[in-house]
Amino acid sequence: MPGSDQHAHLDYLLRLADTSLILGHRLSEWSGRAPTLEEDIALSNIALDLIGQARPLYARAASLEGKGRSEDDLAFLRDPEEYLNLQIVERPNKDFAATMARQLAYSTFAELAWQQLKGSQDPDIAGVAAKAEKECAYHVRHSAEWVIRLGDGTEESHARMQAGLDDVWMYTGEMFEVDDVDTAMIAAGIGFDAAALKPQWARAMAEVIGEATLRLPGERWMSTGGRRGIHTEHLGHLLAQMQALPRAHPGASW
Amino acid sequence: MTSPAEPHPDGRSALARARAALDAVTDPELPFLTIADMGILRDVRARADGTIEIDITPTYSGCPATDVIRLDVELALAKAGVDRFEVRSVLSPAWTTDWMSAAARDKLRANGIAPPQKASGKRALFAAAEVTCPHCGADATERVSEFGSTACKAHYRCRVCLEPFEYFKCI
Repeated sequence: MPGSDQHAHLDYLLRLADTSLILGHRLSEWSGRAPTLEEDIALSNIALDLIGQARPLYARAASLEGKGRSEDDLAFLRDPEEYLNLQIVERPNKDFAATMARQLAYSTFAELAWQQLKGSQDPDIAGVAAKAEKECAYHVRHSAEWVIRLGDGTEESHARMQAGLDDVWMYTGEMFEVDDVDTAMIAAGIGFDAAALKPQWARAMAEVIGEATLRLPGERWMSTGGRRGIHTEHLGHLLAQMQALPRAHPGASW
Repeated sequence: MTSPAEPHPDGRSALARARAALDAVTDPELPFLTIADMGILRDVRARADGTIEIDITPTYSGCPATDVIRLDVELALAKAGVDRFEVRSVLSPAWTTDWMSAAARDKLRANGIAPPQKASGKRALFAAAEVTCPHCGADATERVSEFGSTACKAHYRCRVCLEPFEYFKCI
């Protein structure tokens, strides 16, 4: 494989892995503080699924890079500008409604994305995708049920659910971008065309939002850059917490 | 060190000893099921140089038992006197609950866990609205939560015998 393609392949793996890991870490922040015991368990389980999806992708990236870095090195020893996740997943949890809005928007996209990636020429991506697609189907159902229950609930829950959706919307555009890395990976049969998934995503979102008696957020300016290492201020804080132990005690194990 | 072609003092080849030892390795979360029942153990074979190669596959992406299973496999082989082996983690094709044996499904039911429905095609994940109560056999059950005590299980309740139970989710 030529050098530039290998570079694109590595970036592509890191984009997928970083997006799953960062959302997994975000959701793990609910452990022990979710509104009910069932939700505490549900959010922790979803977090585990996401972190589990990231691990083999990091292992694949580390071996492709061939510089002796491990999956842990990639997760714990990179700075914010080296992280290539979508900005939507680094958004703070805020209240439960905001977390569910972010979760619905991302999971609906992720289910469609993994469905495409099942046919990837990279066997490790294809293997992760085959399971992740089904896991994400459960994540979509979970968040959609909550968006409907809160939207079609009390005046307070409706207002908070609407605020959550409005707040996350400007971070949804980045999911459907296709740049040079994507184009190279689509050509190599490794990646998928995210832009083509937008109509299906929009329909699915509109259906849930309608049933929830909420208002579909309108067209607006979309934030972007996460997949090129440009992040909101929140990623640095998240990494500072997530990486504290391996940075303070290099090589620590238990 | 004994070569796999040469029989071990107990008369069996390294491959036969490896197979027998691996048949006894159980899932740490579901100790009444072996990793063969679960479909986690994919293949055991001898390489030309005598090294025994074992393919295992992870189940749910977030399953914390994956590392423990690998360790249990290595321990079982060492105890069986298999000197040279390599445990490979194979991601593709991806594990599915369809790979669980009929015996595994019966054992789950006997242990109070509703087994996953067969044919876990994408639509079947949710078409499987009817989960049978593993305690009384009634079909009138309801989902309490999509997520249960482990990554692989959902939390259900029987509306006939009123007992709570776990359902092994299709994937």
